[in-house]
Amino acid sequence: MSHTMSPESSHDDHHDHGPQQYRGVIGFIKRWVFTTNHKDIGTLYLLISLLSFFLAGAMALLIRVELFQPGHRLVDPNLFNQLTTMHGLVMLFGVIMPAFTGMANWQIPLMIGAPDMALPRLNNWSFWILPFAFSLLLSTMFHAGGGPNFGWTMYAPLSTHYAPPSTDFMIFAIHMMGISSIMGSINIIATILNLRAPGMTLMKMPMFVWTWLITAFLLIAIMPVLAGTVTMMLTDRHFGTSFFEAAGGGDPILFQHLFWFFGHPEVYVLVLPAFGVISEVIPTFSRKPLFGYHFMVYATVSIALLSFIVWVHHMFTSGVPLGAELFFMYTTMLIAVPTGVKVFNWVSTMFRGAMTFETPMLFAVAFVFLFTIGGFTGLMLALAPADFQYQDTYFVVGHFHYVLVPGVVFSLFAGAYYWLPKWTGHMYSETMGKWHFWLSVISVNIAFFPMHFLGLAGMPRRIPDYALQFTNFNVVVTVGAFIFGFSQLLFLANIIYTIRKGKKVDGQVWEGATTLEWTLSSPPPYHSFTTPPSIH
Amino acid sequence: MKKRARNLPLLLAGIAVAMFAFGFALVPIYNSLCKNLGINGKVDLTPVAFDASKSTVNHNREVLVEFVATNNAGVPWEFYPKVTKLKVHPGEIARLAFYAENKTNHRMTVQAIPSITPGIAAKYLKKTECFCFEQQTLEGHEGMNMPLLFHLDTDLPQKVKTITLAYTLFDVTDRVSN
Amino acid sequence: MLKQLNTVKQLLLSCLLAICLGPVCAATAPDQWQMNMYKGVTPISHDIYWLHMVAIWVCAAIGVVVFGVMIYSLIHHRKSKGYKPASFHDNTRLEIIWSIIPFVILVGLAIPATHILARMDDSSEADITIKIVGYQWKWQYQYLDQGISFFSNLSTPYAQLQNSQEKNAWYLLEVDKPLVLPVNKKIRFLVTSNDVIHSWWVPELGIKRDAIPGFMHEAWARIEEPGTYRGQCAELCGVNHAFMPIVVEAVTEQAFEQWVATQSKAAAAPTEQNTMTRDALMALGKQKYDMVCSACHQVDGSGIPPLYPALKGSSVAVGHPISRHIDLILDGIPGTAMQAYRDQLTDQEIAAIVTYERNAWGNNTDEDIQPSDVAQVRKELEQPAIRVKQAHAGGLQ
Repeated sequence: MSHTMSPESSHDDHHDHGPQQYRGVIGFIKRWVFTTNHKDIGTLYLLISLLSFFLAGAMALLIRVELFQPGHRLVDPNLFNQLTTMHGLVMLFGVIMPAFTGMANWQIPLMIGAPDMALPRLNNWSFWILPFAFSLLLSTMFHAGGGPNFGWTMYAPLSTHYAPPSTDFMIFAIHMMGISSIMGSINIIATILNLRAPGMTLMKMPMFVWTWLITAFLLIAIMPVLAGTVTMMLTDRHFGTSFFEAAGGGDPILFQHLFWFFGHPEVYVLVLPAFGVISEVIPTFSRKPLFGYHFMVYATVSIALLSFIVWVHHMFTSGVPLGAELFFMYTTMLIAVPTGVKVFNWVSTMFRGAMTFETPMLFAVAFVFLFTIGGFTGLMLALAPADFQYQDTYFVVGHFHYVLVPGVVFSLFAGAYYWLPKWTGHMYSETMGKWHFWLSVISVNIAFFPMHFLGLAGMPRRIPDYALQFTNFNVVVTVGAFIFGFSQLLFLANIIYTIRKGKKVDGQVWEGATTLEWTLSSPPPYHSFTTPPSIH
Repeated sequence: MKKRARNLPLLLAGIAVAMFAFGFALVPIYNSLCKNLGINGKVDLTPVAFDASKSTVNHNREVLVEFVATNNAGVPWEFYPKVTKLKVHPGEIARLAFYAENKTNHRMTVQAIPSITPGIAAKYLKKTECFCFEQQTLEGHEGMNMPLLFHLDTDLPQKVKTITLAYTLFDVTDRVSN
Repeated sequence: MLKQLNTVKQLLLSCLLAICLGPVCAATAPDQWQMNMYKGVTPISHDIYWLHMVAIWVCAAIGVVVFGVMIYSLIHHRKSKGYKPASFHDNTRLEIIWSIIPFVILVGLAIPATHILARMDDSSEADITIKIVGYQWKWQYQYLDQGISFFSNLSTPYAQLQNSQEKNAWYLLEVDKPLVLPVNKKIRFLVTSNDVIHSWWVPELGIKRDAIPGFMHEAWARIEEPGTYRGQCAELCGVNHAFMPIVVEAVTEQAFEQWVATQSKAAAAPTEQNTMTRDALMALGKQKYDMVCSACHQVDGSGIPPLYPALKGSSVAVGHPISRHIDLILDGIPGTAMQAYRDQLTDQEIAAIVTYERNAWGNNTDEDIQPSDVAQVRKELEQPAIRVKQAHAGGLQ
């Protein structure tokens, strides 16, 4: 939605005195540890996400080295299982969620004309739990008996009675990350519902804010269920309960229901903010308003609601009764309708716009193409009979990496390039950005498309070694993965370049940008919108 | 913050707590749904009285019931049904025995867990007497005959012609001693 | 401009062609570049393949339309070409149309999918029932009506896994004892697990069923062509998840009857009890240890404590009585990952393993354990019951 802003808003901020000035190294540490400023906290989240990205990415490359050829290469099967588990957990909880939370922290107050988040001290706690949680999680790989080795999906009883002692510490880390997410979500909802500038009705909010509002509600609903589930794992392990033990009258399938009741909405938590970013970038670089704003909002709400009634599609082969298979197949297929609406609306935004292709737009366009391909394989997976051949094979690995890498991760790049000039006051290097884009988009397809073939040809997932006929495509995948992995160093280099040497930019930065943050200077004042702007 | 505004974070925190409780509530909800919809193949572990005078036997219909035994995690017992198949009329009581023997020289306690396939049949198989209702203890090198008394409800869906009643034997010696 | 459009269209057409050729490539033995699903040899596998191909075509068609519009727009609606942006930003009728059309397409896919699922669910009136139990890390097959029971282990030598030997053609997809089944008979599979969740999957039969401990699930197939069909475990089940394949030998009815007859005879025949040399024991012992025990106890005997104890220097492997060592392998340790191998390994194999464990890695007890020693311990364990009682069953009389 476009709205005109009063230019007076930026003038109030010359009373701003920046962050509290401490002295020396201790001062530096104190500023960052005690900050309650949404911009600082946003930066902290983004930094922890960037660090985790390279860590989990390195694990992925180790996995791909092992899978380069059949036979034992580098890591033994036990370490391999730990790497796949940790890669999944860190990418989801350590990269994607903190990255979007960081963007939310930076952008939501700016986009709604608020001075800060509703609960600034809660905001600080939400962040600072994370370094402890991640250190604990990563440390489990060095505990006696090794780290968690049962996949990020932690099915019982492999994750209860057959799991290493470090599992308990993983459970504790998950509790901490959950608390951080819940606190952050409460903060986001309170900010959006209570601190919008006068005149900014809900249906005038930018899509990024809308998608985060809905994501925050999803998180409040599902993170506690995950907390309950891992607590049940803990009591099954140590306190004699039998939630997931048939011997005591329990049921391993119950674990799957509980986990996926959390797990399916969780993937929408990962993707809805991505949709939000794309809905900001495409209109700006098409110089045309987002097509179908109202329907975009309804579609997002529908996706969020539907996401609660599809979870059994992760369990089609586990012996659920026919009626359940049919119901969940229908609801899963149904979710394609609002998702399709969103894709059509993005295409309609581009259509008859006047597009330019700076780096953010390149990533956004690639998102629309490649996320849609991930959506197609998702529709195939929804067809329950066919899923009996796809489930637990590389077809699924291909599907979710398409929606998560050229999907969600590309949207993170789009958002980062889009907003980095605003956050830092400097322009990134467009040349490096384009190299990053083209290397990434080509290698991401080389890395993940052949996975579909491997799955259809019969290769199961989570295996460190495979039959000879799968060799050729595995070689291709590994090569693609390495090119992709190393290309990300360009992104890191670009960020560093931007901060130190990038050309200074004005407030507007992008010709077609129309949301509130572009009315502020780049970087915006440490305390911005201390007086609310007026919205027309 | 305004009072109304202050209530919002508290309300949201309350929702989070409620969802935590809901996660735990899902456990009995799941169990009761499985029992009442007769899915998941979980057989009711409460005995059902059988009144021969009140029951109508459907002699026109025969259902094949197969019995299967499995030892979990290598429980060192012998465990098998003395009869592997029975042709049963719905509404008619059927009786058979399983044999179990503790092959070790120390006392052990086991729990037999039943599972029925196809899952929809679970609701219609009513047991009057079953060794699975209780934990069973045997001294070293002791054996026992374990009775099973059941009948099939007459409203068992027509399309069910074969039912497999499978028991898995779990070692619960540790649980008992704790 | 027109030329660019043609190139794009050509690209799309060649992609579609590649997808069409996929099925042709997949028809024979697995090639190195197999891109498509197996058509398979059962009615269900055919149904699934058909549904899969329909879904691909539907998605391809939608993709062509959507990406076509996008590509057109990306080429023509550029600021650099001087294109002026329009200002329209909604159209309710369009939104409704492109909600309803996909919905109708989905219904069109859901109807055949429903029929196929209902057919998959009907295991009734089977000719043969096979009980399948997933173990860490092998499968046990039991022919319930024929009274045959055996374990099926990966037969690829450990040396090949470690790249010190050239790999067999069916590396990781070969077993010592395949599941032999007759063609053209309805076969019912009863699937469960001994420990953690596994999944029994044979792509060419179109069957995948999770093996859940304590629960029994059924599946069915009617194999229409004789042949060898290979599959793998499809649910992460621990360290050797990749190393528990499935091999189904589908044979004619007569061949199946003959095989059943030989199996019953083999089960009745007593195992040989000869004396083995130290070298023979160590060689067989190392081979079996590497394949069966090293997953947990490691090739160098150091284990992964605390879950998997070290055998190097352990009191069991160097201490006495030796019967305790043998007993641990025969009966396992209930409540832990150490399984009971009494039904999975012969006396000869256990004797070799025990000898190896007692002499390798510096354990150096210089002791030989013979198959007869193992048989002795087995006999002690297989005493007949001292007494047989009537169980106290709960319930109502």
